[in-house]
Amino acid sequence: MERPAWAPPGIDISVPSVSRIYDYYLGGSHNFEVDREAARKAMEFVPGLPKVMQANRAFMRRAVRYAVGEGVTQFLDIGSGIPTFGNVHEVAQAADPGARVLYVDHDPVAVAHSGAVLEGNENAGVVAADLRKPQDILDAPEAGRLLDLDRPVALLLVSVLHFVEDADEPRRAVAELRDALAPGSLLIISHAAYEGIPLPQERVGGAVGVYRDIRNPLVMRTREEISGFFDGFEMVEPGLVKMPEWRPENAVDQEDPYAFSGFAGVGRKA
Amino acid sequence: MPAQAPGSAAEPDGLEDRLQRFATIWSRAVFPVTATSLTRPEIERHLLPLARDLSDALHARPFDPAPAHRVGAALVAAHCTDPDALSRTLGVVDSYLVLYCGGDGESAALEELRARCARLQHALAAGFAQALRERTLVEQEAIARSALVARSFAEQALHATEARFRAVFEGATIGIGIADLEGNILEVNGALTRMFGGLEHHVRGRRVSEWVHPEDAPHVWKLYGELVRGERDDFRVEKPFYRGDGTVLWTNLTVSLLRDSDGRPQYQLALMEDTTERRLLNLRLRYEATHDSLTGLPNRTLFFERLDKVLSSGDGTRFGLCYLDLDGFKAINDSLGHAAGDRLLVEVADRLQSVATRPGEMVARLGGDEFVALTTGTDTEQQADELAHRILGALATPIRLDGRELTVRGSVGIVEGPAGERGPAEVLRSADITMYRAKAAGGNRFERADPEADARAITRHGLTTALPAALDRGEFFIEYQPLVHLGDGSVHGAEALVRWCHPQHGVLGPDRFIPLAEHTGLIVPLGRWVLQEAVRQARFWNRSHADGGPLRINVNLSPTQLHHPNLVADTVDVLERSGLDPGALCLEVTESALIGADEDLLKPLRQLAEMGVDIALDDFGTGYSNLANLRRLPVSVLKLDRSFTQSMQRHPIDPVDLKIVEGIVSLAHSLELAVTVEGVETGAQAEQLRELGCDTAQGWYYARPGAPDRIHSLVLADAV
Repeated sequence: MERPAWAPPGIDISVPSVSRIYDYYLGGSHNFEVDREAARKAMEFVPGLPKVMQANRAFMRRAVRYAVGEGVTQFLDIGSGIPTFGNVHEVAQAADPGARVLYVDHDPVAVAHSGAVLEGNENAGVVAADLRKPQDILDAPEAGRLLDLDRPVALLLVSVLHFVEDADEPRRAVAELRDALAPGSLLIISHAAYEGIPLPQERVGGAVGVYRDIRNPLVMRTREEISGFFDGFEMVEPGLVKMPEWRPENAVDQEDPYAFSGFAGVGRKA
Repeated sequence: MPAQAPGSAAEPDGLEDRLQRFATIWSRAVFPVTATSLTRPEIERHLLPLARDLSDALHARPFDPAPAHRVGAALVAAHCTDPDALSRTLGVVDSYLVLYCGGDGESAALEELRARCARLQHALAAGFAQALRERTLVEQEAIARSALVARSFAEQALHATEARFRAVFEGATIGIGIADLEGNILEVNGALTRMFGGLEHHVRGRRVSEWVHPEDAPHVWKLYGELVRGERDDFRVEKPFYRGDGTVLWTNLTVSLLRDSDGRPQYQLALMEDTTERRLLNLRLRYEATHDSLTGLPNRTLFFERLDKVLSSGDGTRFGLCYLDLDGFKAINDSLGHAAGDRLLVEVADRLQSVATRPGEMVARLGGDEFVALTTGTDTEQQADELAHRILGALATPIRLDGRELTVRGSVGIVEGPAGERGPAEVLRSADITMYRAKAAGGNRFERADPEADARAITRHGLTTALPAALDRGEFFIEYQPLVHLGDGSVHGAEALVRWCHPQHGVLGPDRFIPLAEHTGLIVPLGRWVLQEAVRQARFWNRSHADGGPLRINVNLSPTQLHHPNLVADTVDVLERSGLDPGALCLEVTESALIGADEDLLKPLRQLAEMGVDIALDDFGTGYSNLANLRRLPVSVLKLDRSFTQSMQRHPIDPVDLKIVEGIVSLAHSLELAVTVEGVETGAQAEQLRELGCDTAQGWYYARPGAPDRIHSLVLADAV
């Protein structure tokens, strides 16, 4: 595990963390009361949040398996959070034991946890860095060790771009990463949107308010705005769609209504 | 396996088929409440072996509910951690296990199976609960440990950062201090402490406001006020401080405002660099660069700065400048030695300083024994004269040096005028020229600058500097004045006279520039050029005009040329290159150049005479004409000075003058010297001189100096 050169702003577990809240939604216990409190508050507005997260994890799993099927066995997962179960390295290495995975997160607790989980796994590692500073990620020694940028890489920005505000130029960050990747690389994105949530927007706004209050604003974007992140990529079939609609393995009509919140898609760098 | 289920999966309604249907029902019940990313069919495949375990336990003998305990744990392992997953599982087991896996037993056996099923549910619930508790505890511990690890890393990083900052702070050679916004100094580093004399309590705990210094720039405390009020983020000044011992510390000081994360001003940070020594050094260097090390007076540099400032100021300012040069200082230096000379200069400097004390007056030493005094104001016309009087007055009292009284006098050139018209160099040059006029007039006096005198001197200076380029650019040319045989009036030869066609001043005669060329040494190349040109011209005449007898060419030799070691070789070279007979060349040397000439000087002339070159003694009769000396000089021609010719113009002619000329001619002839007269302007003069026995003549009566082709036509027509 790598540490940033200068001290992080401090570890304050009395402040909720989106990684641990996410873990709580997924039924994990890698969380503290503050996280659960925030999660419960958000669920008061949007009770189906766990289902959204589950659909998101399922999409990620399908996308990773798709990537391995396409011969892409290097994974760069930015905003990886706390790997509760069904993580990228588990899915990828189950499909191809030689698959390499680099996790990136800016939450020091999440990074420490990933470090513990990945101990002994030569083909996976974690870097403490921020999506908003792509060069820090690309320059990290772990990145050099695990990723061969001359070959295609699957870049996962799963449920992370909606935590980057426009002022922090998320499109520039994605473009910078894109430029560092070899042709044939895949961009795997899932992103929150008001569209598809089976609730009035004001209700959802309540949940958004919870994230704003914990200083991790959730930025809802339209489908068109999310498409913009795929600049320089060709969309893989079926394009940018509702999460359950992306190469489903189950009957789509049996999915929970909340699974249709937000958008997911995969693009291939030309 | 105690109870291998009969039948196979393919067998409809066989045990395996029923187990499969049970697993399907189970998975459908559980899937909606799991958070797993697996698909439902995958869950179903996961549940099938668990269903078989339950079925086996249902029939096992003896009955043991432990497998159901493991099934509960397996659910948790498959991330079916939601409490609803348990209740739904129990519901499915309760409703379907006996139904699908109970077999077709009689009611007593069925009763037994139902009891067993209930106990299996109890065990399953306990297994689930235990596994979930374990898992929860493990995960809680893992996340707590991760938080600890992260915090420990953060602390280490923070510690490293702090240690690094501390090292930077303490090790910096720049002084660093932090104070709150009230000006209380909170922390200072070693460098800052050392700057203030090495004792921390001299600095820490004090207040910024105690650091006022009388030499603070006026805006310093205004900037400071703006900073602590948050109106300004930083400022940079040069600021002095008092050290604990009262000495002064000079610094380059940068003060920055430190704000908290919400942008509120919190601290002030001072970075200071000790510039005390650099400042002292600069002051000393500045002093040394602007003062004369011997007398301590301002030097040329400082004087020029001041003069420049005065001259560039407008609004009716006038200036007066007195340029003093001691009379005969070189003699004092030579006779008493440089040390005595230096002490004399120091005394003079002191006296000058003591008399130039009015506001706007300044004395400087330009170098050597040259001093200047400057006065400025509105009434300098009068003040400059007064200042010159005071200067000469200051020198009037003899200076006592090594027990003897020395009378020192000086010459002063005064330049006075309004500012804004002339530059310092021009003013100083005018003063210098004027000073020389005072000196030439006998010294111990002052003169005022005179534009005409300046102009003459400036022209002279300009000509001197323009001479070398003029020779390169071919600005010189030669005019020829015929030499006429007095006996028959035929043209006998010509004297070559050099002219300078100056681009600004027009045609200049030799009197304007030959002395300058003599002074600078340019006379040697110039003289060689004249000789070449004149000899080439004579050769041309003689070729094109062979029948009339050879024309002679007279060329002047200056004293410097006479002393030049290459005189003979150059002359021979010129003659040989042109092919002119040496006998056709006459070199004119002034009588004064040969006064006291020793054999070394005469030797080259003698060599030239032996080759057949005529040597004429020019301007004869103007100096102290040592007649006895004539015998040992290698001359063959005497040229009488024009003053004799002029005396022939008077009416009546002074008989003494006649006798003198007659005597000289007679003497010359007896020494076998030919006599040439210059400046003949009238026929009567010519006749008179012919009667007196002179051989050749030149003058306006015959022809003015002119272009070479005029000689040609004169020869054809003869002079008169």
